[in-house]
Amino acid sequence: MPVHIKQAYAVVTFDTTTQALAMERRAKQLHIPGRIIPTPAAIVATCGLSWAVPVEREDEMRAMLTRHEIPYAGIHQVAL
Amino acid sequence: MIYLDQAATTLPKPEQVAQACFDAVIGGGNAGRGGHEASLDPLRRAYDLRCRLARWFGLSYPERVCFTANVTDSLNIALQGLLRPGDHVITTAMEHNSVLRPLYLLRERGVELTILPADGFGRVEWHRLPDAVKANTRALVCCHGSNLTGNLNPLKTLGSFCRQRGIAFVVDAAQTAGIFPIHMEAQCIDLLCLTGHKSLLGPQGIGALLVGDGVEVAPLRVGGTGMQSHSKTQPEEYPTRLEAGTLNGVGIAGLSAALDYLEQRDVNELRRYEQQLAHRFFEGVAQLPGVTVYGDWSSEERCPIVSLNVEGWDPSALSDALARQFDIATRPGIHCAPLAHEALGTGAQGAVRFSFSHQNTLEEVDAAVAAMQCLST
Repeated sequence: MPVHIKQAYAVVTFDTTTQALAMERRAKQLHIPGRIIPTPAAIVATCGLSWAVPVEREDEMRAMLTRHEIPYAGIHQVAL
Repeated sequence: MIYLDQAATTLPKPEQVAQACFDAVIGGGNAGRGGHEASLDPLRRAYDLRCRLARWFGLSYPERVCFTANVTDSLNIALQGLLRPGDHVITTAMEHNSVLRPLYLLRERGVELTILPADGFGRVEWHRLPDAVKANTRALVCCHGSNLTGNLNPLKTLGSFCRQRGIAFVVDAAQTAGIFPIHMEAQCIDLLCLTGHKSLLGPQGIGALLVGDGVEVAPLRVGGTGMQSHSKTQPEEYPTRLEAGTLNGVGIAGLSAALDYLEQRDVNELRRYEQQLAHRFFEGVAQLPGVTVYGDWSSEERCPIVSLNVEGWDPSALSDALARQFDIATRPGIHCAPLAHEALGTGAQGAVRFSFSHQNTLEEVDAAVAAMQCLST
């Protein structure tokens, strides 16, 4: 069977792809860690986009989301 | 990049399509809004494209080729303009949300909806169709080719069934128009819904609804038409009946150039080559450990689409790994086809879709197989 070594990520989900792209733009301006990924099926089977950071940087990202009032739907820890 | 998301939109477009769009942006007026050449030229181009699309898709009435924004727009105009409260409509579990959501909306407005199931290979259980028909059945709506499995539906058989019973046959040809033969009159199709930016190789933002002469569609939108301006209602005549507001002159120019490109080639050859690419990929990955490929592969005649999952991989993570590590573009998720995924047993996780066009190469397919070998072991 295939062996895929998974890594833990904190994944921010959004209600729209527009919110995800707004996040990407703000993240670039504010040096928020992470990148856009397809929303993992482990969170919800959809066609959407999410923002992922290695889980060890989750607190840093959460603080920035709060400080800059960036809209999002949820944050999930997922092994990918 | 190795672009294997051709079912979402084809890439690259022919250069002549880009040039035609550029020329229309620089020099195109508003079609049908004046007697000067800047207006007449795009109007003539629009009429010429209507004639060509009518010829391509076996419709004798070019004036019944109505321009839309995309296939979702075509389907909304067709379904909302055709169905009324008290009508019954039949569709299938293999449909895209471009069909399902307009039908759910209509159900809220009093239209009765039956959804025929599909089996674990994504094959619609068409043997249930006769029993699904009721006295008030107004239409059957289905795709020509599934955007998830690539399976094809038998248009001629379904069209004949509908014609014999006075049921309108509405076809979503998003995945097939341009590369598969479709003939409205021979296949008894009443409403054919197209998009320009997939196998027709045109730009995004232009589609068409072809209305057979045995069916009438009420306008979804009303507004400026450049004609009958004193009338308080939308003109009755096609195509103006279904086209309110300025036409997409840039899209029409681009789609016309795309037809030039296709007409300079043997479309049947292009299709066979696309199918060869898809089969080569299928053969390369189907036996890999932990890989499950979906769809009915018993027929050679199918859309060039391969959807799969790999044990131990979240499909989104697999698609991301293909993009990041191998620069291969694929599409994970539900593909806007939630009921189709439920039929395949993938409703909870979705799948990864690889889709091919004639602009892909055998080398690209082999590189994708090699990437899958690497990721699945």
